[in-house]
Amino acid sequence: MTPVRISIAAAIGSILLILIVLELIRGRRLKERYALLWLATGVVLLVLSAWRGGLNTIAGWLGVSGYPPAILFAAAIMFVIAVLLHYSTVLSKLTDDNVLLAQEVALLRARVDALETRPDSPVRVGRGREASQLAQQDHE
Amino acid sequence: MSGRIVAVVPAFDEEEAIGPVVTGIREFDPGIDVVVVDDGSGDGTAKAAAAAGAVVVSLPFNLGIGAAVQTGFRYALEQGYDLAVRLDGDGQHDPAELTKLLAPLARDEADVVTGSRFHGENGSYRPPLGRRLGITWFAKLVSLLARQRVTDTTSGFQALNRPAIALFARDYPSDYPEVEATVLLLKHRLRLLEVPVEMRERETGSSSITFLRSLYYAVKVTLALFVGIARRSAVPTEETHR
Repeated sequence: MTPVRISIAAAIGSILLILIVLELIRGRRLKERYALLWLATGVVLLVLSAWRGGLNTIAGWLGVSGYPPAILFAAAIMFVIAVLLHYSTVLSKLTDDNVLLAQEVALLRARVDALETRPDSPVRVGRGREASQLAQQDHE
Repeated sequence: MSGRIVAVVPAFDEEEAIGPVVTGIREFDPGIDVVVVDDGSGDGTAKAAAAAGAVVVSLPFNLGIGAAVQTGFRYALEQGYDLAVRLDGDGQHDPAELTKLLAPLARDEADVVTGSRFHGENGSYRPPLGRRLGITWFAKLVSLLARQRVTDTTSGFQALNRPAIALFARDYPSDYPEVEATVLLLKHRLRLLEVPVEMRERETGSSSITFLRSLYYAVKVTLALFVGIARRSAVPTEETHR
């Protein structure tokens, strides 16, 4: 059976996590879409730490006989991996968006330069439509 | 077919080499507009390119070769060019060879023409061992995946028609992009043709590819190739279906 003190400590930790996440959302420092996984982490850990019988049963299923709180760690690690993986996808998208923006800025700046300084420049200033359509399709 | 042609020249810290490259293209054919994509250089690349008569598109920070080249293709698409040629900013591609690259496009025999260092009898180019291994590996792999013999998948010396410009403006790989780009364009049923060309030794600076990096890129690009094959393709919207 899980020691009571571990259950209490884990429950307090989970509640703290949930409260911090909620506070970050409230202060608009964390977007809801990124907070969902963290909230799920907090809730699952809270359930596992408070519902002591359940933790033992799950430990039994998985063949963890000596130390049921190991299931708490396992669950926490699983969620952290999920959060990190999610971040990697977010990061990849941000990288792509960033490249697109940098390209767009550079192309626009070339057109502005052409408009302002070089009337004889081969840059056509009236033809940006295709590029912005392109960017839009990329975004969809 | 003769239309407006743009030369896309990606350059990163090529202050010394870029001027002669631009001048060389303009001497070859004054009708070709030159756009230098300055990939966040810290030196006077942009200034030197502009002084030589190029349009300079300056990226606000370094994006890497793939995104820089793509910027050039986006410029070509946006500005309504019919053909684009791509040359490296370090002077290793001789503008005089452009005739060979452009001729098949004019006869509509291909959508993309690549200058190959290994095609045909010309074997004067001897890259260092690591690089040569990588080039051979990708040549074999791409030939297999594309079901077409490709001898030089890392050559950045290319000429493209409008459908190919549209494809690459929309979707272009990042590091060491030529390999993936080759598969990408064959996947979109664009016709690739290789013509033998000579390439010059680098005039200044050193190649950005060291041995460990080539190994890293080799693994990464191989992975990307297989992912690319499996990936749902982004079909460009205009005039690509034949």
